[in-house]
Amino acid sequence: MKALILVGGYGTRLRPLTLSVPKPLVEFCNKPILLHQVEALVKAGVDHVVLAVSYMSELLEREMRVQEQRLGIRISLSHEKEPLGTAGPLALARDLLNDDSEPFFVLNSDVICDFPFKDLLQFHRNHGKEGTIVVRETVQVFPMLSCCILTEPSKYGVVVYEADSGRIHRFVEKPQVFVSNKINAGMYIFNPSMLSRIQLRPTSIEKEIFPVMAGEGQLYAMELQGFWMDIGQPKDFLTGMCMYLQSVRQHAPERLRTGPGFLGNVLVDPTAQIGENCTIGPNVTIGAGVVVEDGVRIKRCTVLKGSRVRSHSWLESCIVGWSSSVGQWVRMENVTVLGEDVIVNDELYLNGANVLPHKSINESVPEPRIIM
Amino acid sequence: MCEFNLNCYAHVILCFEKCYTNKVVIIIFLKIFKHCFSGTRFRPLSFEVPKPLFPVAGVPMLQHHIEACAKVPNMKEILLIGFYQPNEELNRFLLNAQQEFKISIRYLQEYAALGTGGGIYHFRDQIVSGSPEAFFVLNADVCSAFPLTEMLSFQKEHGEPNSFVILGTTANRKQSMNYGCIVENEESNEVLHYVEKPSTFVSDIINCGIYLFNPDIFQHIGAVFQKNQQDMLLLLGTEPTNGWHRAEAIRLEQDIFTALAGQGKLYVYKTLSFWSQIKSAGSAIYASRLYLNQYHTTHPERLASNKEGGPKITGNVYIHPTANIDPTAVLGPNVSIGTGVTIGAGVRVRESIILHGANLQDHCCVLNSIVGWDSTIGKWARVEGTPSDPNPNDPYAKIDSETLFREGKLTPSITILGCNVTIPSEVIILNSIVLPHKDLNRGFKNQIIL
Repeated sequence: MKALILVGGYGTRLRPLTLSVPKPLVEFCNKPILLHQVEALVKAGVDHVVLAVSYMSELLEREMRVQEQRLGIRISLSHEKEPLGTAGPLALARDLLNDDSEPFFVLNSDVICDFPFKDLLQFHRNHGKEGTIVVRETVQVFPMLSCCILTEPSKYGVVVYEADSGRIHRFVEKPQVFVSNKINAGMYIFNPSMLSRIQLRPTSIEKEIFPVMAGEGQLYAMELQGFWMDIGQPKDFLTGMCMYLQSVRQHAPERLRTGPGFLGNVLVDPTAQIGENCTIGPNVTIGAGVVVEDGVRIKRCTVLKGSRVRSHSWLESCIVGWSSSVGQWVRMENVTVLGEDVIVNDELYLNGANVLPHKSINESVPEPRIIM
Repeated sequence: MCEFNLNCYAHVILCFEKCYTNKVVIIIFLKIFKHCFSGTRFRPLSFEVPKPLFPVAGVPMLQHHIEACAKVPNMKEILLIGFYQPNEELNRFLLNAQQEFKISIRYLQEYAALGTGGGIYHFRDQIVSGSPEAFFVLNADVCSAFPLTEMLSFQKEHGEPNSFVILGTTANRKQSMNYGCIVENEESNEVLHYVEKPSTFVSDIINCGIYLFNPDIFQHIGAVFQKNQQDMLLLLGTEPTNGWHRAEAIRLEQDIFTALAGQGKLYVYKTLSFWSQIKSAGSAIYASRLYLNQYHTTHPERLASNKEGGPKITGNVYIHPTANIDPTAVLGPNVSIGTGVTIGAGVRVRESIILHGANLQDHCCVLNSIVGWDSTIGKWARVEGTPSDPNPNDPYAKIDSETLFREGKLTPSITILGCNVTIPSEVIILNSIVLPHKDLNRGFKNQIIL
């Protein structure tokens, strides 16, 4: 079976991280975003993944060769030289997707959730029509995280469908009054015959393709269980991390680190070192080779590979970029993001600082801003 | 992402052989410390091109240096010393320059960032080969009239035969403290005292980053090198291994000039000709203005003029022959248009640099901005920055050191669009910096857009 992942371009919303590494390779909870998706697809029987990219990255190509070997699958890159919208990339990859009659998955590269690919395939085969899209509730409640994420339906296309069969009646783009609270979750499965609906030009799948398919009774909806997040920007990346870690607690709690000094859901790479008298968590991910010195407090953060957090510092809601160094007695909060190889000197305060790679910070940043 | 994110100094060394063949060495340096503030000041433009190759007044920054050197009689070789990995763009530039000026140009790559003095010291053998009497050293990131021949005459008339000369210019009191300050004996022009970026006022004569040396300089640098090594051994008990404390990292300004001042060896030649540093992207526009003005005497063919079927030109404008410009466009003053640029009907461009491949659609207005390679500006869009020019009423004012932020707010400055940025129609982009490959869907003011 095949899958097409819409990777897109430069990942500018996730800068400064994507200034160093292409977005699919940014580690989310210690595994490249793309790999979360590919591994889930492989589990559902996919043996050929096509990445639709609008920007070719050597780093990405190289990493994909490695994953091909590792997972025993084929990974192709489909490069759109001009913007093709949300449906055009499917037409561009037509030959790769069309060579047998098996349905193929399509998903957005920024989506993280409990990927329901097996269920989706089953559901799709059962109704036997041309396409199935995964929909999600606009309100997600997380009692364990004491929070509730509300998505405004009017920002997305809202899906109106028959509760029993799942057959979609219609899409309403940005509704003014309440129509439904189910929206597109960015994951689909289609029969190859659907490709004939798409021309090789900038095309919107939500606006041009889905409404037609729905009108013909060829489009069905399957509800997503569990969490969902678009992790394409730092604030959502962190929220998504919290949701994912909660899901790990439910399905594979042995992966989380527990014991004195660890609160809530904490994921620590085996090669990371944590010092004495630290309190780590809840909702922290520590990457490979990271060194956390003594007396550090970290909450709701991602610390990427090779970084060092020096003693007595306090970090909340931050992303520490690869090989960065956070000094002693530093306080960082409010979605501060350090790019690759950033040095934060001792005793500083960073509030919502967005720091580009290879910078050295010598002054506090009391109000959110970008450090270039 | 590949980036040329580190500041550079170009030193041009001009050597005189006994039979008057001249050798010029341009040294391009990376700043010693990778995380130094000014190493990233040329972002986002430095994401695409090393600063010395950024076009100023239509040609790469370094080319102005090379053209000035080529004017000195019997020029023979140029050495570029730097820490950059040689790349296609640099190689192509060197090849073209060699062909055009018919001189040998070589790039010598440092093995580590050695500082302004350390670099020339490390390659001293190459510099003194052929026994030159003296040689010039130029920083890459300065914009100047390069009065090299005048410096030579001055050196012959003043002081002892093997003295060294620093090119100096006058700054206003407040700004002088951002530069190397020179206290001179007003009669002999000897440098009595030298301080780099003092915290209180020392002198209004500043160092232009253009020097005339002779091989004796290496004795002085060597002495500092020895001392550094001894100090390192005392301090660390062992040879230093990391770049921060290399014995060979020697800065001409702080380590050499300060020591040489008052010893009868160092002199200052003051010039009234134009001079500016090019540290940040904004100062590139000011430097463009200075060079475009110089073209009246040096390269009048580079200045566009009003022609039948051509756009309306006001003031000094450079237009590359491959640019495609609608006759109803109005350009200038101080505008540089790069290769393959398309400018639509009724477009207004003023005080700006438009880099190659950019597309300015009908009726748009671009003021005080740098429009990146292959960017597109939609119809009726307004892309505007705030100039950071020196006070025109003060003849000694220099361009500000431009901190991006003051009191937590982004200081109004030149608007910069990185490579491949798309600005939609009818919006305003004001005092903002847009990183490469962004496709904007609305206007922005006073922001950095990642």
